[in-house]
Amino acid sequence: MLIDWFTVTAQIVNFLILVWLLRRFLYRPVLDAIDAREQRVAAAMTEAEANKEAAERERDVFHQRNEEFVRQRAALLREAIREVKAERENLYAAARREAEDFRTRQQEAMIDDCNTLKEEILRRTREEVFAIARKALADLAGANLEQAMVDTFLRRCRTMEAGERSELQAVLKSPVGPVCIRSTFPLPDHQRQAIEREIGENFNYGGRFCYECGPDLVSGIAVSMDGHQVAWNITDYLLALEQGIIDLLLDHPPADGREATAAATGGGTVMATPPSSQGADRHG
Amino acid sequence: MQLSPDNQIFWQYGFVKLNATIVFTWLLMAILAGGARLITARLSTGLRRSRWQNVLEIIVLAMEKQIAEIGIVEPRRFVGFIGTLFLFVALASLATIVPGYRPPTGSLSTTAALALCVFVAAPAYGIRDNGLFGYLRGYTEPTVLMLPFNIIGEISRTLALAVRLFGNMMSGEMIVAILLTVTPYLFPIVMTLFGLLTGMVQAYIFSVLATVYIAAATSDRGSRPGPGAHQ
Repeated sequence: MLIDWFTVTAQIVNFLILVWLLRRFLYRPVLDAIDAREQRVAAAMTEAEANKEAAERERDVFHQRNEEFVRQRAALLREAIREVKAERENLYAAARREAEDFRTRQQEAMIDDCNTLKEEILRRTREEVFAIARKALADLAGANLEQAMVDTFLRRCRTMEAGERSELQAVLKSPVGPVCIRSTFPLPDHQRQAIEREIGENFNYGGRFCYECGPDLVSGIAVSMDGHQVAWNITDYLLALEQGIIDLLLDHPPADGREATAAATGGGTVMATPPSSQGADRHG
Repeated sequence: MQLSPDNQIFWQYGFVKLNATIVFTWLLMAILAGGARLITARLSTGLRRSRWQNVLEIIVLAMEKQIAEIGIVEPRRFVGFIGTLFLFVALASLATIVPGYRPPTGSLSTTAALALCVFVAAPAYGIRDNGLFGYLRGYTEPTVLMLPFNIIGEISRTLALAVRLFGNMMSGEMIVAILLTVTPYLFPIVMTLFGLLTGMVQAYIFSVLATVYIAAATSDRGSRPGPGAHQ
């Protein structure tokens, strides 16, 4: 017989045992290992995906921050440029103001220097002219300058035009104060008496006199009465000389009109100056 | 010449006998279980693993995939039973290259035992999945008139399963033995190679048919092809 039922039974038992053994030692461990590996791979994939998403988020955040940084930098740059321009304008304006102030101060200083120099020149010229004139008159003509000036002043008073004379007479008719005689040099008594007599005769004045001596008249004599003045000095000479010197210093052509004026006055001036600016100068 | 290894008895006490079928079966069981134990003793769950572990994983996954392709929804449940059928039959065939070895599958007792296991396993799985009434109802479909034919088909397919494997394995062994007496040199070797191929094919066929039977038993009876459809 081909079938042995004991063998069949034994083989069934053997097969069932083999199934148990292989399930115990083969299928379960291998499948568990495969499952564990798949879980690890899946976990790794999930982690990688999470890392990728996190990296993408980080990248997006970085891009946003970078764009924001670029915008802020551009804004700051614009602000800085604007502030720099404003500061530059302010500095330019301050520099211009300082330069203008400096130039103004320089001009003022130069004007002061010019005035000082002009006054010094005028003073020295006055002194020199007066000294030269005195010496020249004494050496060449044996004349005294002060006496000659007093004589000339008296002659001028005598030869004054009628209109001027009457005007001064009107002033001296009711004087407020004494007639003040001002001269560069001290007048001796006989000259004082001569001047007082001449003024009293020509202008009908019998009041008091006072005498002053000062350098500003420049070798001249002036009679002041109630704001009017009759003077005889070399002021116009000196003014023409001063202007010539100034023109020479400033490299300007000499003022012809001033020379012509000085020549027309004959070298002297007799001024009757009213207290107000409306009064006319009197030239002798 | 002995037609079946059952007749090659090493020891006997009463009806209890220790024949070549049982002995070689134990030998195959030892090789399979021992080899599996050795390889799986140090399994790696990481990406780096040994070659033998790779081989085992390939075999197990291929069987699981084959079971799934046949139509079983949860193939892992049946890998133990069907995979053991395949490995046992395949190793029994491959071992024929060893001189003096006689495959247990060349014994009708062994193939009958395997077929009986399938005969019992299929209804057992079916009853477990669909319940007793649901499983038995399948025998009356499409009509009650088909009940005897389905029962006959259930029995006949089990018989065919056993005889088919036995016939192929025994015939191959017998052909080689006969050719050894006629042309002792080259031709038996070629036939042995053909026997290896036939044995692998038979192992595949046996396990696939067992899978089909189990799939038919566990699936909904209304949609399954019928108990004797795959004979």
